[in-house]
Amino acid sequence: MTASTALRTRKAGDLPAPGIQIPAVAAIRKPRSVLVWFSYFWIVLIVALAVLAPVLPIAGYDAVAGPPRQPPQFGPIDLLLGTDRVGRSLLSRVIYGAQVSLVVGTAAALGGVVLGLVLGLIAGYFRKGADTVIVFVADVILSFPALVLLLAISAIFAPSLWTILVGLAITSTPSFIRLSRANTMAWAGRDFVKAARNMGASDTRVLLREILPNVVPAIAAYLPLVIAALIVAEGSLSFLGLGIPPPTPSWGGMIAAGAADLRTAPYMVFVPAAVLFLTVFALNQAGEHLRLRFDRTLQD
Amino acid sequence: MSSLAGSGSAHLRGDAAILSVEDLEVEYHTAAGAFKAVAGVSFDLLPGETLGIVGESGCGKSTTGRAVLRLDPIAGGTVRYRDDSIDTASPRRLRELRRDMQMIFQDPVSSLNPRRSVKDVVTEGLAIDGRSKKERDERAPAVLEQVGLPSERFAGMLPRQLSGGQAQRVAIGRALALQPGLLICDEPVSALDVSVQAQILNLLEDLKKKYELTIVFIAHDLGVVRSFSDNVLVMYLGKTCEFGDAVEVYDRPAHPYTRGLLDSVPRPDAEGGFEGPALTGDLPSPLNPPSGCRFRARCPIAQDRCATEEPVMREIRPGQYAACHFPLD
Repeated sequence: MTASTALRTRKAGDLPAPGIQIPAVAAIRKPRSVLVWFSYFWIVLIVALAVLAPVLPIAGYDAVAGPPRQPPQFGPIDLLLGTDRVGRSLLSRVIYGAQVSLVVGTAAALGGVVLGLVLGLIAGYFRKGADTVIVFVADVILSFPALVLLLAISAIFAPSLWTILVGLAITSTPSFIRLSRANTMAWAGRDFVKAARNMGASDTRVLLREILPNVVPAIAAYLPLVIAALIVAEGSLSFLGLGIPPPTPSWGGMIAAGAADLRTAPYMVFVPAAVLFLTVFALNQAGEHLRLRFDRTLQD
Repeated sequence: MSSLAGSGSAHLRGDAAILSVEDLEVEYHTAAGAFKAVAGVSFDLLPGETLGIVGESGCGKSTTGRAVLRLDPIAGGTVRYRDDSIDTASPRRLRELRRDMQMIFQDPVSSLNPRRSVKDVVTEGLAIDGRSKKERDERAPAVLEQVGLPSERFAGMLPRQLSGGQAQRVAIGRALALQPGLLICDEPVSALDVSVQAQILNLLEDLKKKYELTIVFIAHDLGVVRSFSDNVLVMYLGKTCEFGDAVEVYDRPAHPYTRGLLDSVPRPDAEGGFEGPALTGDLPSPLNPPSGCRFRARCPIAQDRCATEEPVMREIRPGQYAACHFPLD
């Protein structure tokens, strides 16, 4: 009797009968890694500091801010991370160095993305001769040690921001070619591409409207990983003295400058090395997180 | 019209046809060599007619459908659509022609771009045709409405939010938005649940009547084809076996392969669950097809003649054609 009443009541309206409790369902917990959130925090912090460097209350990167070879200490903000062998603030130089490292890494990676995406789309969609040539060129660049290539470029042209950018973009292009070519091939075989061609779409339209939007997320998710690798590459070049010419600071250059005093003043190497490490680590973490989040190649 | 030693074209009906396919050949090149997935298939369609193409997996029925649109390269034969020759059309002309011959695919999810909204998908054909955004926005609700999807709910959805049946409706809407003269359905329901299959078939049936569509309906489900088609074409290993009125062919198959196919359908009313013995053996490799009649290795009534001489399509009964030396009564 009570059961049937309850049933009737429930049928009559959408709300459950009084006394019947709506089951409380806990929200699904998403595992959130502390490391990932620290990584995003660090990236935002570094970018913000680099952008705001000119208005921050810190000494200029080439100005003497205190006695030389001061270890990190509390006190004046310019001495927070210590000073180098001529007394310039390591904090200021690390922040200005971030400008160079981030700009070089990001711009070169974006250049590589654009070039690699275009070539990968062409190779993966048209196949045949274009594919053979593009894959061959990519393989040649890949099989050539990147550092040697960069050294050659730096040796032939005078080291400057532009030669480094172009060199790093070239070394990052093949992996983007590979990635976008493989994705393009996978998407080009799908029926919606056939349907588009069947509606009279030109190759350009198919590539831009149907395939590109599906390839971009996979590429974009890979971008932070490449930026991280390029920051390290720029650091290596600067360490070898073929990077951004002094006095403009870069993290690699600072490590190189401090290397001579490693025994007596190790912080001169450790401070920029730690910042470089944290930034690259954070980019890798963020990249992996984005890849899992947006690379839906297999899911759609 | 004495055909090359192929499956023959005695069943073609001449100039009245909207689509006429003669001795169609499609070749695939593999590491093991080139083979003909379609080896001399002929059929035609009168306006408003529905042709069902049936056969086992790998018999070349889907390839035939794609080749009609030249989505697969045509290696031989001719395809005529209205006054145009598809096999020799220039790329520019082909693009125009394809717009008039739309295709519905087997996998509805794969046939929709996951990054574009339902509204974008169904109006893409109009966009390619150069219609303005305003016109497309006006057309989209009507297109969605005619395939049974309320526009206000579905227009903004992405394909991954749709069920298989809904996705197939979107694909049908996309094809019909161009008001095509010919619709090629490549196994449009075989990826769907049985209950949804019925809905989609009913929808196609309604649309067929409403717009007097000419349809090539490719399927391996014989029951689906019977209810849906006027004529049926049975294919085996890239060749035609039998052609005729769907009801006639089903009731009195002339080719032993058609008989075997029909007998393989489980029937609740038949003793033992089946009408007759099932087909034995596998489809032979198309790389090295049997000599003579391609079906002879699996044919219960094959004789010596079948190994030496390839049978040609001929009229067995009025309107019913089969490529067999020893047709069934």
